[in-house]
Amino acid sequence: MGGLLIGAGAATLLLFNGRVAGISGITANAVSGQLGPAAWRLAFLLGLLLPAVVVGLGPTSFAGGSPWLALSGLLVGFGTQAGSGCTSGHGVCGLANGSTRSLAATLAFMAAAMLTVFIVRHVLP
Amino acid sequence: MSRFFTALLAGVLFGSGLLLSGMTNPATVLAFLDVAGNWNPALALTMGGAVLVAAPAYYLVRRRAGALGGRAVELPASSSVDAALLTGAAIFGVGWGLSGICPGPGLILLAGATVPAIVFVISMVAGMLLARTRAPARGGDCGEILVREQTSEI
Repeated sequence: MGGLLIGAGAATLLLFNGRVAGISGITANAVSGQLGPAAWRLAFLLGLLLPAVVVGLGPTSFAGGSPWLALSGLLVGFGTQAGSGCTSGHGVCGLANGSTRSLAATLAFMAAAMLTVFIVRHVLP
Repeated sequence: MSRFFTALLAGVLFGSGLLLSGMTNPATVLAFLDVAGNWNPALALTMGGAVLVAAPAYYLVRRRAGALGGRAVELPASSSVDAALLTGAAIFGVGWGLSGICPGPGLILLAGATVPAIVFVISMVAGMLLARTRAPARGGDCGEILVREQTSEI
């Protein structure tokens, strides 16, 4: 059910706005762009947060303290810009568009994420 | 419909999907990534479902050479798999594996106004800006590297 809504959101932005729903790119451009061109991006991001603001987040548990999350955030931000996309841009939109580039990126970040979890949970302790 | 409204609607749909699928709980995402532990593959179905729903829209837009209402479509111009793409994706993957948070859910977690969420998002934006100052010419993202590929003339 959640996946269908994610796909519907990506389809809506493409059909009506002609844009790829890549959240990392939209965010980076929204914070580094001028206000005029950033307006639809801010609208998309506002919409993204709205359901959680209205109905609440539900149970959430974080994997570590602030330094751990700061390191993770830095790598996520840097990597998504260097690699031109994240789970939404490559993983959903790129694959839906039949892009080889996005398929390669998706396999690379999934493998890296699974390997990281493996090391943190099963090798280090 | 205005661009602003349709972008807002797209965000609401996307955000509801992430929330319903459990992507906004880092513990759920880490359980999906932990293939050697108590593996929970449910999120693969979420992603597959999203791709299946979005694919016809991409097909249609390519066929029409434009979005609805004659709006121009901007799709990534590059199609080559290069070292920068794979290195960047791998760095993102390591970051994602540490916390179980990728950009969309990270932003949504701000709704809880908790310190960990705020720390994550500020660091993520800093990382994005750092990558852009390092290679300003690259400019964008899959979301947006977007050189205008096709313009429809309606």
